[in-house]
Amino acid sequence: MSTGAAAVSITGLSKRFERGDVLALERIDLDVQPGEFVSLIGPSGCGKSTLLRIIGDLIRPTDGDVLVNGKSAHRARLDRDYGIVFQDAVLYDWRTVAKNIALPLEMAGWDRKRRETRVGEMVDLVELTGFEKHHPWQLSGGMQQRVSIARALSFSPPLLLMDEPFGALDEMTRERMNNELLRIWQETLSTVVFVTHSIAESVFLSTRVVVMSARPGRIAGVVEVDLPQPRGPETREHPHFAELITEVRRLLRKGHALDAPEEDEETLYVAEEGL
Amino acid sequence: MSVVAPLPRGTLGARMGRGVVDWIPAAAVLVLGILLWEGLVRALDVQRFLLPAPSAILDTLWEERDLLWSAGIYTFTEAVGGFVIGSALAVLSAIVLARFRSLGRALMPFAIAANAVPIIAFAPITNQWFGPLEKTSKMAIAAILVFFPVMVNMLRGLTSVRPQSIELMRSYASGEIAIFRRVRIPNSLPYLFSALKIATVLAMIGAVVGEYFLSSQEALGFQIRNSAALFQFELAWAAITVASVLGILFYSAVALVERVTMSWHPSSRGE
Repeated sequence: MSTGAAAVSITGLSKRFERGDVLALERIDLDVQPGEFVSLIGPSGCGKSTLLRIIGDLIRPTDGDVLVNGKSAHRARLDRDYGIVFQDAVLYDWRTVAKNIALPLEMAGWDRKRRETRVGEMVDLVELTGFEKHHPWQLSGGMQQRVSIARALSFSPPLLLMDEPFGALDEMTRERMNNELLRIWQETLSTVVFVTHSIAESVFLSTRVVVMSARPGRIAGVVEVDLPQPRGPETREHPHFAELITEVRRLLRKGHALDAPEEDEETLYVAEEGL
Repeated sequence: MSVVAPLPRGTLGARMGRGVVDWIPAAAVLVLGILLWEGLVRALDVQRFLLPAPSAILDTLWEERDLLWSAGIYTFTEAVGGFVIGSALAVLSAIVLARFRSLGRALMPFAIAANAVPIIAFAPITNQWFGPLEKTSKMAIAAILVFFPVMVNMLRGLTSVRPQSIELMRSYASGEIAIFRRVRIPNSLPYLFSALKIATVLAMIGAVVGEYFLSSQEALGFQIRNSAALFQFELAWAAITVASVLGILFYSAVALVERVTMSWHPSSRGE
C-alpha cells in the first residue's frame, strides 16, 4: 500500500452492456491519490455507479485498465482493499447491528475476541452505542446507513467506495451524515470515491469533483475543490463555495450539450438540485 | 448527531399477557359455536347420522379413547415421517437448483406444474408401490404432497436476494459457499417456514386420505371410513376430531420453531 501507487488508476476504460447494447462508459481516464476524497457527479444514466462497481471488481470493464493500490481490481477485491456503501444500507435483517458490522471481519477470519473489540470501536465511531443488539428494522434510515458505513470501515480498508449513500435520506439527516463522513474520513485517513447527484454535497465533501456526461458516460471536466479543511457548516457560507457550485453546474451543462436530446429533463433536474 | 435512546424491549411476560388477551375473542367464538351446534341439534332433533351433537362426539371420544389414541399416533407417525422426508428432499433439491441455475430453469416449469396437479390422486398407486398395509406407503404420498410447495418456496427464498447483498459479500472476497451460508439460506427462512406450515396440513391430508383407500386397521383414516360406512357417526366424528387436533398441534409446533428461529424477523415484534 505504501508503494506510492495511486489509490485508483483508470486508463482508457470503456464499458458496453451486452443487453440493449448500451455504451455506458467511454474512454475514462482517472487517477485518485491516497487520502483524496473524489466525487463522481452526473445525470442519471451517466455510468457513475457502473464506474464505481468496476473499481470494486463487481463488474468487468469491456476495455481499459483499472488498478487499485497498484494491483488489478480483481486482486484488490480478493485482498479486501476496499469497503463499499450503497444507497440502501443493505443490512442483513437476521443479524444484529453488531453482527452486521462484524460480517466482513468474519469473512476475513478474525477471531471472536478481536471482532468484538473492533465492533465496539466502530459502534463508537458512528455513535450507535446502545444499539449493538438491535435489528436493522428497529433503526431509522440514517442509523441504518451509519451501520453500513461502520461495516464498510470495520476492516480498515484503504479505499472506501460509496454509491449515493445519502440519496435516500431527508435533507437534514443528509447534512448531518455529510459532517459525520468528513470526520470519519479525517480520523481514518482513507481514500474515498463517492457517487452522488447532489452538486452541493459533492462540493462540500470532496477534494475533487469529477463531472460526468451521459450516454455514453464520459468525464466532462474535473473541479479542484480548494476549500479549507476541516470543513463544517461555515464551509457552506464560504464565498468560494458558491463559485465552485457554479463551476460544477457549468460542466454539467456542458456535458449535457453533448448528450442525446431525450436526456434534457433529467439533466436539468440534476443541475437545479443542490442550491 | 443526536444520540437516541435504544427502544425499551417488552418483557416476555408482558408480551404473553397481551397474547392471551388477543385470543379471548377467538375462544369466545369457539365456545359459542359449539353451544349453538349442540342447541340446534337438540332443538331441531337432527338425525344423528346427519350430524351428531358435540356432547355425543365428546362421549365417544372418551369411551373410545384407547382406540382413537393409538390410531391417532399411528397416522401422525405417517404424517410426520412423510413431512420430514418430503421437506428434507425439497430443501436439498432447492439448494442444488439454486446453485446450478440453468438446471433450475430447466426443471422449474415442471415443479410448478406438479404443484397444480392433485397429487393425492396418486395415493392408490403409492399404496400399491409401498404396500397398502405399510406406513411407508402413506409416508410416500405425504412426502410427495409436501415436496413441491416446499421446494418451490425454498428456491424462491434462495434466489430472491437483493443483488446488492451479493455484491457486498463479493466485496469481502466471499465465495459461493459463504454466500449461501450467510445470505441465501437466512434469506430463504421466511419462505421455507411459510411452506413448512402448509406442508404440515398437506402431510396430514396425505396420510389420512391415503388410509381411506386401503390401510392397516390401526389407522385413523381406516377408523373414519369404516365407522362412517357402519353408520357409527359419533365414532367417525370423534376420529375426525383427533385428526384435526393432531393437525393443529403439528402446525403449531412448526410455527413455534419458526418464531424461535426467526426472532430477528420484523413479523415477530410484539406489536
